[in-house]
Amino acid sequence: MQTVRVNGQTHSVDVDPDTPLLWVLRDVLGLNGTKFGCGIAQCGVCTVHLDGHPVRACNLPVGMIGERSVTTIEGVDNADPIVHAVKKAWTNLDVVQCGYCQPGQVMAAIGLLKTVPNPTDEQIDSAMSGNMCRCGTYMRIRKAIHLAAGETA
Amino acid sequence: MTRMPLTTRRAALFGGGGLLLATLWPSASPRASTGMLVENATAPFAPNAYIRITPDNSITLILPNIEMGQGIYTSSVMLIAEELGVDLAQIEIEAAPPGSAEITGGSTSIMTEWKPLREAGAAARTVLVQAAASRWNVAPSSCTAASGVVSHTPSGRTFTFGELATEAAKLPLPKEPTLKAASDYSLIGKSQHRVDSAIKVNGTAVFGIDINVPGQKIGTVAASPVMGGTVRSLDRDAAMAVRGVVAVLVNEPRDAVCVVAEHYWAAHKGLQALRPVWSENDNAHVNTQTIYDQLHDGLKGPAIIPSPKGDADAVIAKSHSTYSAVYQQPMLAHATMEPINCTAHVRPDGCDVWVGTQVADRAQETAADVTGLPKEKITVHSQYIGGGFGRRLEHEYITQCVQFAKQTSYPLKIVWSREEDITRDRYRPAYVDEVTAGLDEKGHVTAMKHRIVGPAVVARWDPPELTKEGYDEDLSVATLITSYTYDVYRLEFARREAPGVITAWWRGVGGTRGLFVVENFIDELAVKAGIDPVAYRRELAKDNARAVAVLDRVAKDSDWSDPVPKGRARGVALQFAFGSYMATVAEIEMQTPETVIIHRVTAAVDCGQVVNPDQVVSQIEGGLIFGFSAALYNEITLENGRVQENNFNTWRVMRMNEAPRRIDVHLIASTEDPGGIGEVGTAAAAPALANAMASAQGHRYRTLPLLSSRNQEKEAAR
Amino acid sequence: MNRRTVSHSCFVLVLLAGTSLFSTSHAATASSLERGEYLARAADCEACHTAPGGAPFAGGRAFNVPGIGVIYSPNITPDPVHGIGRWTDDEFVKSVREGVSPSWKHLYPAMPYPAYSRMSVDEMKDLRAWLATVPPSANTAPANQVKFPFSIRALMIGWNLLNGPASSYPDDPQKSPEWNRGRYLVEGPGHCADCHSPRTITFGLSKDKAFAGNVVNGQRAYNITSDKSSGLGAWTDQALADYLATGHADGHGTASGDMAEVVSYSLRHLKPDDIHAMIVYLRDVKPQSSNDEAAPVRQPTSGDTTLPQQTNGARLFASACSGCHLPDGSGRQSAFASIAGARSLSADNGRNLLHVIIKGSTLMTDKGNQPMPAFSGGNYSQKDLNDIAAFVMTHFTEGKPSEHAFSEFAKKPD
Ligand code: FES
Ligand code: FES
Repeated sequence: MQTVRVNGQTHSVDVDPDTPLLWVLRDVLGLNGTKFGCGIAQCGVCTVHLDGHPVRACNLPVGMIGERSVTTIEGVDNADPIVHAVKKAWTNLDVVQCGYCQPGQVMAAIGLLKTVPNPTDEQIDSAMSGNMCRCGTYMRIRKAIHLAAGETA
Repeated sequence: MTRMPLTTRRAALFGGGGLLLATLWPSASPRASTGMLVENATAPFAPNAYIRITPDNSITLILPNIEMGQGIYTSSVMLIAEELGVDLAQIEIEAAPPGSAEITGGSTSIMTEWKPLREAGAAARTVLVQAAASRWNVAPSSCTAASGVVSHTPSGRTFTFGELATEAAKLPLPKEPTLKAASDYSLIGKSQHRVDSAIKVNGTAVFGIDINVPGQKIGTVAASPVMGGTVRSLDRDAAMAVRGVVAVLVNEPRDAVCVVAEHYWAAHKGLQALRPVWSENDNAHVNTQTIYDQLHDGLKGPAIIPSPKGDADAVIAKSHSTYSAVYQQPMLAHATMEPINCTAHVRPDGCDVWVGTQVADRAQETAADVTGLPKEKITVHSQYIGGGFGRRLEHEYITQCVQFAKQTSYPLKIVWSREEDITRDRYRPAYVDEVTAGLDEKGHVTAMKHRIVGPAVVARWDPPELTKEGYDEDLSVATLITSYTYDVYRLEFARREAPGVITAWWRGVGGTRGLFVVENFIDELAVKAGIDPVAYRRELAKDNARAVAVLDRVAKDSDWSDPVPKGRARGVALQFAFGSYMATVAEIEMQTPETVIIHRVTAAVDCGQVVNPDQVVSQIEGGLIFGFSAALYNEITLENGRVQENNFNTWRVMRMNEAPRRIDVHLIASTEDPGGIGEVGTAAAAPALANAMASAQGHRYRTLPLLSSRNQEKEAAR
Repeated sequence: MNRRTVSHSCFVLVLLAGTSLFSTSHAATASSLERGEYLARAADCEACHTAPGGAPFAGGRAFNVPGIGVIYSPNITPDPVHGIGRWTDDEFVKSVREGVSPSWKHLYPAMPYPAYSRMSVDEMKDLRAWLATVPPSANTAPANQVKFPFSIRALMIGWNLLNGPASSYPDDPQKSPEWNRGRYLVEGPGHCADCHSPRTITFGLSKDKAFAGNVVNGQRAYNITSDKSSGLGAWTDQALADYLATGHADGHGTASGDMAEVVSYSLRHLKPDDIHAMIVYLRDVKPQSSNDEAAPVRQPTSGDTTLPQQTNGARLFASACSGCHLPDGSGRQSAFASIAGARSLSADNGRNLLHVIIKGSTLMTDKGNQPMPAFSGGNYSQKDLNDIAAFVMTHFTEGKPSEHAFSEFAKKPD
C-alpha cells in the first residue's frame, strides 16, 4: 500500500512503490487528464505539480513522494489568478490542436509563472522546451504565456 | 489487409460523395458530456445525418470527420451553423459512426465537406422555417432563422428550433436548398474559437488512451522486432509473478504478445519479465543501406511513365545544356504525441471498440473479421485523436487489440509503450529521386524529366487505387500536379517496395516528398542561371495567377528584395498541393554547419474560401514546425531488420526553443472552393529550409534529414 | 524490490531437496543461504554475470578488455548443462578463488578471483549454496574473442604468478575490527581496486597507486583514496555513506554507468555497519593525487529557471535534459536527478559526463529505478551530444571542455 496526496485528498493505493505516479493517477485513481507520452521524462505530457513545482509524473515512483502533495490538471485551483489567466490565454489564442500535450503544457506554464511572473522569451523557452508538442503549437504557447503574464501583472 | 468497400481515397481527394441528408431527429438523446463524444447506442441512427435537434432544443451536429488537431470540428460546425442559423455555443458535437464517416486524411475534410455540410444546414433551416410559417400561417419568406430560433419578423413571434423539431421532421427535405451568398456569411471567413479548446485545456477531453470502461484491464504489447517474426518462447511464469498481472496473451498470428494487468505499470513490468524470444527470418538481414541501395538501383532500368508531355529525352538531348541531381529522403515515423492504443470488449453477441481512428469503417471491418461477428454487431466509438499525421489511417493496432481482447472476458485496453510505437510504426517510405532538366542559354527549362524510385503506398493501403500500370497517383502531387508549366515533361516511377518494413501515409503524403525534390531542384536551376530564385519561379509559374499571387505576396512580406541580415540566409519554396497554393520563405542562421536557427518564416497562402482563418494560420504554423522537425533531424534506421530509434531520446522532435521565433502567415482572399490546409505547412518546410541552408553554406542539401552527415560528405565530394 | 529477494524463501526448500543432485557436499542451511546471498551481493556477481536484458546470472555480458579482446561472462545458474549445476563445491571454490575452472581452464582476470580469494572456503560454499537456488537458465554465453597471445589460456598461469591469487589473510590486530571488516569488503568481495586502481604493464593491479583511479569501459573510476582534492578526503562520512548505500549524495550527484550498477546490485544491499566499515577503511587508504580532478563548482542561482539560449548545447540542455535535472541542476523529480556538484560534470574533461549522455545509465533503488536515457544512436548527432556536455561543464563548473578529448571518448567502444 502506498499513500499519496492528490488534489487535496489522501489516497491509499495498492501498488508497488516503484510504480510511477503517472500510472497511479491514470489507472488507479482514474485521473486521465495527465497524459502518457514517453515514460522517460523527455516529452512533458505527464507534467503535474509536486508541492507546486512541475515534475514529470512518468518518472516519479510513487514511493518517493512521501508527504509532498500532488496537483494534477484536474485539481488546479481555478480561483488562482495565474491558473485562471493561463487557461484563459490558452482558449483566447486557440493554442490547442490535437490537445494531447496541452494539460502538460498548461501545468508547466502555471509552474513557470509562479516562479517568474513576467518571463522573457528566453525564460519561456528554457522552461517550456522540455514539453514537446508534436502538432507544433509552440508559437501560440509562447504568446499565451506572455498574455497570461500580462493579465496577472 | 481486409477488403473494404469504402469511399476511396481518390474519391475523397477529389470531392466524391455529395449525398446529402439532413435529418431532424425528434427523439430525446443523451446530451454530450463535456468532451466525451456522445454515445448513441440506443437511438436509431440515420446514416449521413449531420444534425439532430430534440424538443428540448438541444442541437447536436454529427460530424463526418475525426478531430485530431486540425480543427475540423470547429470548421464543420461553422459550415452547418452558418446555414442552419445557430450559434456555436449552442451546439453539441458527435463523431459519426462507421458507415457514414469519411476517411480523415489527405487534407480532404474541408474540400469534401464544404458543400454538403452547408447544404445540410440549409435544408434543415428550410424545413424549420416552413414548420414555423405554417403554424403562424404566414409566408416562409417572412421568417428568419438565427441563434436557434425562427422569428416572424413582422409580428416578432418566435419558436425555438426544438419547439419545431417534431413537425419539421415530417416535412420533405428540399433537394437543392438555397445557400447563403458569400457576402451574407456571418461565421464563415471570420475566425471562430475552437469548439474543443476548453476541454483540451482543462484535461477533460477524452482521447482513446483515456477510455475507462467499467471492468477494463490494461495490457501492453510487444510485437516481433523483425517484421514477420513469430514468438518462439516466453517466460510466462515470470510475467505472471509480477504483482498486478492477470494474463499473458499471444495473438493468433503469434507475432505479438500482450501482458494484461490491473494498471499499465504492472503490465509493463510483466512484459519485461516475459522476455519473449522471436523467430528470425530474412528480414533480419535488412539494414538502412539495403533499402537505399535498392532505391539507387532503381534510377536505372524500366519505369512507369504516367501522362508524358512531349519527348523529354529528345528535347533534353538537343538543349543548350543539361542539369541533373539526385535526392534522397529517409523513412519517417509518425510519433504522434498519443501513443498507439485501442480498447475492445469482445462478447459472444457483439463487440465494442473505443479508438481514435481516421478510418472508422476499417476499424469496424477488422473487428468483424477477427471476431467472426457480423459488422452490425461491432460498435466503434470514435475518440479524440492525440495526433494523426497519417498514423491513424492504419488500423493494424485495432486488429491486434481485438485479437487479444477476443481472449478475455473483460474489456481490454492496450497501450503501446513509446518504444513500441516508434519501432513498430508503419513508416513514411524512403525515396530516391533524380531530376534532369534541359536548359536554354539563359538557364530556363526546355524540358524536364523526373524519376521517382520508391514504394507505391496505395498498393497496400487501397489496392484498387493503384492504376493498371502500377502507378500511385499520390506521387503526382508537386510533380505532375504543380504550379509550373513545362513545355516538355516526363515523370517516371520505378517501384521498389522496401523490405522488412511496412510503409504508410505520412503528413503531407506525396506533396511533402515531391516538393522537397522539385523545389530544391528549381532552386538549383535558379542559382545556376544566376537568376533570383523568386523571379525564376515566377517565370516558370507565369501561367498560374494564384501561384504568382502567393509568390509575390511572400516576397513582399518576407522583405525578399532587401539584403539579408548579416549572418543569415533565406530560402523560398512555392507549392500547389491539396488544392491550396502556398509560397514560403525561411530566414535562417547557421553558426556552425551542424546547427540551424530558424529566425523567421513567412508564408502566403491561397486555400480558396477560408472557413476559419485563425485555424488555417494555426495549421500552417504547426505543419511547418512538424515539417522542420523531420527535415532537420528525423530518419528511421534499420539494423538487422530492427528499427533503431525508439523514444524521444533517439527520435528527436523540434522543441519550443528551436521553433522559429516568428511565423507570419498571410491568407489571400479567394472565392475558390476551399483547399486542404492540414498538410501544406509540412510540405513547405523541408524545401524552404534546404534552400536557405544551401544559400548559407554554399552547397546543396539533397539528402534528408538536412543535418545528416551524409549531406556533408556527399556534397563535399561533388 | 529485487525479485530474487522476494522469491528467496520459496527456494530454500527446493534447494534442500535438490542439493544432493548437484553433488554438493556443503550442507545448505537457512543461515548459510542467507550468508551466501549476502556474499553474492557484496561480491556483485549478478551485474557481471547477467547480459543486458538477459536472465539473472545466466552470463553473456561482454567485457571489452583493451588489448586483449572481448570476454563474455559465463552462465552461473544451476542449469546442469549450460550453467554450473554439475560442478562440485570444490570446483566452484577453485574457480572463484584461484581462477581455475573444472575443465582446467584458466579464467581471465575480468573475473576478479585475486580479490575473491580473500573470501574463505566456507564463505565460498555458502555463496555456491545460494547460487544453486537461482532459477536455472539454458543460456549459453558467446565464445570469447580473445586476441593472440592471450587466447592461450595457459598464459594465465604465468599471469597468476605475477599478479595472481592472494588468499584470505588474518586481520590486522593493530587496527579496529571495523577497519578490518572494511578492508575485507573493499579488497575482497567488493573488489573495488579492480576498477579504481590503475593496472600495471602486465594488467595486474598497481599496488603503488592503489585506488588512485583508472579508466574502465571508457569511464573513469575515480580516485577513491583519502586525498583531499583528488580523492574522497573532502567528503563527509554521511555523504560517503549515502553515496555507497543509495548511489546518491547531495552535492555529489548520482552514480552512473558501472558505479550505478555496483550500487544497484551490490552496495545498496549491504548492512549500514558494513558500509560504515568500508568508509573507515577507505579513509585510511594512502592519499594519492591524480590528474582527473574536478573543476570548481559553479553554483547557478538556485531556483533560477533561465538557461541562456544562445548555444546549441544550452538549447539542447533546456529541451532534453532540464525536464529531469532542472536548469539549476537541482533535480526535478527527485534528489537522484540532481547533478549539482557531481564529479562527473568536469573531472577528466567530462569523460563520464559524456559517457552517461551517450550510453545512459540506470540506478536501482528500493523505490524503483532511476533511469537516464541514452542519447546516442538516433537523431542527435555526436556534435549535439558533445555540445550538451560542453554546456553542462561550463554552466555547472569552471571546467573548460576540450572538444578533442570529447571526440576521443565518443569513439571508445564499450
Ligand atoms: S510521459 Fe512523462 S515526460 Fe513523457
Ligand atoms: S497539441 Fe497536439 S501534441 Fe501538442
